[in-house]
Amino acid sequence: MTIEPVLDDQRDQFPLGMRVLIVDDDVTCLRVLETMLHKCQYHVTATSHAFTALELLRENRNKFDLVISDVQMPDMDGFKLLELVGLEMDLPVIMLSSNGDRELVMKGVTHGACDYLVKPVRIQELKNIWQHVVRRKKVDSKDRTNSGNQDKSHIGNCGGGMANSDQNVKLNKKRKDQNEDEDDNRDEDGYDNDDPSTQKKPRVVWSVDLHRKFVAAVNKLGIDKAVPKKILDLMNEDNLTRENVASHLQKFRLYLKRISCVANQQANMMAAIGSSDSSYLRMGSFNGVRNYHALTGPGQFNNTGFRSMPLNGMIGRVNTPAGLGQHCLPSSGSIKLGHGQHPSNSILDQGLFPGNRNGSMFQGNLELDQRHSKGATSVRDLSAGINGTPVFPIAGGLSDAKLIVSRSSDAVGLTDDPILRHPRDFEGGREYVNQSSLSVAPLKSDFSAPFLDHGRLNDSWSSAAQSSAFRSNSFPSSNMRDNIPVVMSSQLRNCQFDVPSINSVSSQLQDPRTEMLIQPSAISSTAEQIIDSDPTQGWVWMDHKQDSPYHHSDAISSSMNSLMPANIPVAFDQNLDSKGTTLQRNMDFNSIGQSNFLDPLHIKFDEVERSVEASMNLKPGYTMDQRKPQGGLVSNNYGLLDDLVSAMTNQLEKR
Amino acid sequence: MERNNMRRQVALMRQSLFTQGYLDEQFVQLEELQDDTNPNFVEEIATLYYRDSCRSLQTIEQALEKTPHDFNKLDNHMHQFKGSSSSIGAKKVKAECQQFREYCRAGNGEGCMRTFQLLKKEHATLKKKLEAYFQMARQAGPIETASRPK
Repeated sequence: MTIEPVLDDQRDQFPLGMRVLIVDDDVTCLRVLETMLHKCQYHVTATSHAFTALELLRENRNKFDLVISDVQMPDMDGFKLLELVGLEMDLPVIMLSSNGDRELVMKGVTHGACDYLVKPVRIQELKNIWQHVVRRKKVDSKDRTNSGNQDKSHIGNCGGGMANSDQNVKLNKKRKDQNEDEDDNRDEDGYDNDDPSTQKKPRVVWSVDLHRKFVAAVNKLGIDKAVPKKILDLMNEDNLTRENVASHLQKFRLYLKRISCVANQQANMMAAIGSSDSSYLRMGSFNGVRNYHALTGPGQFNNTGFRSMPLNGMIGRVNTPAGLGQHCLPSSGSIKLGHGQHPSNSILDQGLFPGNRNGSMFQGNLELDQRHSKGATSVRDLSAGINGTPVFPIAGGLSDAKLIVSRSSDAVGLTDDPILRHPRDFEGGREYVNQSSLSVAPLKSDFSAPFLDHGRLNDSWSSAAQSSAFRSNSFPSSNMRDNIPVVMSSQLRNCQFDVPSINSVSSQLQDPRTEMLIQPSAISSTAEQIIDSDPTQGWVWMDHKQDSPYHHSDAISSSMNSLMPANIPVAFDQNLDSKGTTLQRNMDFNSIGQSNFLDPLHIKFDEVERSVEASMNLKPGYTMDQRKPQGGLVSNNYGLLDDLVSAMTNQLEKR
Repeated sequence: MERNNMRRQVALMRQSLFTQGYLDEQFVQLEELQDDTNPNFVEEIATLYYRDSCRSLQTIEQALEKTPHDFNKLDNHMHQFKGSSSSIGAKKVKAECQQFREYCRAGNGEGCMRTFQLLKKEHATLKKKLEAYFQMARQAGPIETASRPK
């Protein structure tokens, strides 16, 4: 149990001394609120800048128990801050606004606020805010002993809170409390629940493997029917509470929803593009920044390799519940995380290409369309594999770029996968996969630039591919944590991708049109075999312009998918809070037709590309040379890819 | 004697601020926050408010001068202003803010401008009254600072 001596006393007298961080650009309100909280005997830190607040929180999450934030602020939207805090730090957040309109309150709920106060705030309302802190902790412990009971409520919550944003306000409001309980319990492991005033408990790290299992379970149950209890049962994991699953599920759903939005947009685009590949999953872009924690905590990833599965699963699911439009490719087959049964083969195998398939992990195309370029779509956290650091998928704010990840209908990496087939097609021309390994070269601060911020890959694919989507969040290295910019703020911090090779590859991705088959050859020798089988592995298929490259893209996307999945699941809301990894998905990559699964891959592409180049003879179509991320975003993205690749590489190496 | 008189006056003045609708319940909340550790809290907040709000008003004024009116922006500014006004319990000011926002939403530039003038007037009036009140309260002695009997 982590105990901070300094706060011990306070803890004992909880809720006295509860540490609150308040954010409001209006100094009068801030001052009044601060004084009121002091009166309640809380410990208050006040700031009028949202970014400052974020910094403070990132610096040490454990310094605060609760956050109160204004909705309307000039430097950052309160809801974004809310999301970020929820994802990164898993702290309860109370929204504050002088506007108490239903829609806003609803928005608060859907973004995960645990309460919504209307100004002017009275002290009586503040006296009880400590309940939100306690509730989180309590639920955890209670859940451990009592998972069954909560299922129902959770189901209700999940249903209400997540997928049905358009449920009437009342319903959602009613569920709000329940949701809060469930949702607030992010991936907190129920370690020490005895003492409600304890610090945050260690989080469950959603490793690639774990996430894969999770996604598999979800897919099996069906996203609509997936309830934490069942998921937990299916996953059959020790040390995982229903609450952990519940919060992870919530995040997952939110993620799906977001990508579905993007995906929808993408769908149209894709349709236009005429992707040869049939389905692609649209992964909605995450508006703003969506941080998903890296798959796994550092080190975990290594073992799991990229589990494309999870991603697949996710992808598949994306379409469904979230109402993804258009091309959802929920290939259930693919979604099976379980495919994973190849625990070890090269990374590609694992996630990306189960078995030795060239098939991309994703069955079908996962189209990540990041329309809302807020710059950061989602950053996938590729953490796990790479040097033990989480891989962060880079989610750039590819505004226009769509990341299309094509998923073959088969399960991940199934050979039958059309995508897989593609690679074969490519073989002639593209040799992607010569490289066997994706060199997962950590994208070290090369891409530190916050891609995401700028993720405006609006137009060109390439740019999109590169940049936008991926915001490389700090990845692999744990240091990245700090960098994991909240996608929202689209600050890509250092994308430390450990996949240098991928970077190269990613650069190639720049040109959307060209199939940037970036082969993360770097991944590792082990990957080799896999790669061979699937040239597209690790390829980021950035080609979204033309139809032709589809296969490539498929290949790439497959590879990407494979990579992605690994990342995606991981990234998706990992508890890597600690790591600060955020999974940002860059949905902007628009891979025409196929999915451009770019996120992590992109980053890696650069690297991979370089390595690959030698071995591969890419056809002219491939612009492997596109190293330069257009708009500079690419680099960022590559970071993600790199991570992805590195992760993969690691995996491969392990095998 | 003198003191008592003063205190009574202060109390009356305070009361009138409420009955005349210049202040609302929120002001009482502020008063309750005032204590020994924070003896001049209310006044401090009022000062802070006026400093900050003057700036806001200027911004809004400038925005109003630009035509065509950017109602969205105006609305946002006013939203902010309304928030802080409500934090100190400035009732009439708040009402004018609300009116202004409605005109914004309706796209009624003329209405906005008119309301804005009224708003400024209310804002200034309240300021004067509060200043007088605080001054008197200070003179009457610390005990008399308008705190609600516990």
